[in-house]
Amino acid sequence: MQDRPNVDELLEAVAGFLHDDVMPNTTGRLSFHARVAGNVIQMLRRELALEEDTLDREWAGLDGLLGPVPKPQRLSEVRTAIVGRNEELVAHIQRGEADSGDARSAMLKHLRASMHDKLAVSNPGLAAEG
Amino acid sequence: MDIAEVQPGLTDFVSQKSGHAATIENLVRLSGGASRETWTFDAHFPNGSDSIEGIFRCDPIKGVVSMPGRVLEYHLIKAAWEAGVVVPEPLWDGDDRFGVKFFTMRRVPGEALGARMIRGEQYGRAREVMSQQLAQSLARIHTITRDAAPALAGLPGPKPGASVALAEVENYEASFRLASPNPHPVFELALRWIHANLPQVDEQVLVHGDYRLGNFLFGEEGLRGVIDWELAHWGDPMEDIGWLAVKSWRFGGKRPMAGIGEREAFYREYEAAGGHKVDRERVKFWELFGNLRWGVITIGQAANYLNGRSKSVELASIGRRTAETEWELLNLLEGKGD
Repeated sequence: MQDRPNVDELLEAVAGFLHDDVMPNTTGRLSFHARVAGNVIQMLRRELALEEDTLDREWAGLDGLLGPVPKPQRLSEVRTAIVGRNEELVAHIQRGEADSGDARSAMLKHLRASMHDKLAVSNPGLAAEG
Repeated sequence: MDIAEVQPGLTDFVSQKSGHAATIENLVRLSGGASRETWTFDAHFPNGSDSIEGIFRCDPIKGVVSMPGRVLEYHLIKAAWEAGVVVPEPLWDGDDRFGVKFFTMRRVPGEALGARMIRGEQYGRAREVMSQQLAQSLARIHTITRDAAPALAGLPGPKPGASVALAEVENYEASFRLASPNPHPVFELALRWIHANLPQVDEQVLVHGDYRLGNFLFGEEGLRGVIDWELAHWGDPMEDIGWLAVKSWRFGGKRPMAGIGEREAFYREYEAAGGHKVDRERVKFWELFGNLRWGVITIGQAANYLNGRSKSVELASIGRRTAETEWELLNLLEGKGD
């Protein structure tokens, strides 16, 4: 295990450097890209803080729609498996299995929850609205 | 092109078109716009004719066949000018002297950034009046028909007999399938809805194709010019209205039309200015499709980073904006849009 500062603390330092030092001392494209880069770092801090819980919820939601499957232990395997399970979900939708009725309601409920979790990382302001 | 090529060529071009010997000063290429080069210039005439503050717009690469909306951009602005749309005054369409398509128009001073319209303190008055001005200009764009504008015959349009939306839907669906590295269940739900609700429209008019904040020049008093006509095509007038309501084009503004206007007021003002009868279902179709379209564009921008064509942190980070469009698509699919 690494010593402190931990990942979040170091990312905070980099974001602060980009926003507080680079941005005000540059202009035009460079300053704009420093802002974008700083925003990306802040987004990554949110992602690192939320990812484990988010993936747990998405997995449980997919279990509800596709039938339960044991979740892998390692985070990287969970990510890969979720891509595969979402491909399965897409096939259901393309076959018309979420066009109406309870299946549609369940699908929308799951997708709304997953998209809200994505927004909480990428655009927390918008996530807070709904 | 570089300035050593543009300066003499433009001097000769303006002299020839105006009929007076001209000198070109302050020729500067503006930043931004990878698909077009935009230059500002001042033309002075030693014989005392009125000086011209102009814009010179050209394709960036010689020999690349331009899309119809670019080839015809001068004619589009001219047709819009004659129809009473607020646009920069067109001057002269280019010839073949530069080996790339070009044209000139008068320069309109103003701001174009969407975020400034929504948040700029000096634009309070503009925020009150611009929605109506946009409705009026859009109504005038939609008075332009194929029959009345033979110069625009080369613009793309729907396939005969097919839905006015089908070609565009297929185009963006294909881009999505080609570019997306991840499955997107929300896009699949949206595409099923879109295919089940394709609009049928008999009357086709000129559609701007990218009528949104970012493509409007404005000042403190409001709209000064509708720009960026390269996606213009023949189609359903409701398309431009739906696109104007797409959430990402509100730049955080709280109102649905361009972030500054209410829907019903906009529809009323559009109809009163000679626009078509607003079909709310078709507007919803185009707004929903518009969110998908922008979502596909975000995936495409990020793909340019992922496949190594660009190293831009901006393009890379746009990949995370896809989620906004998915969220809004869910709202619209569930009837929870505003």
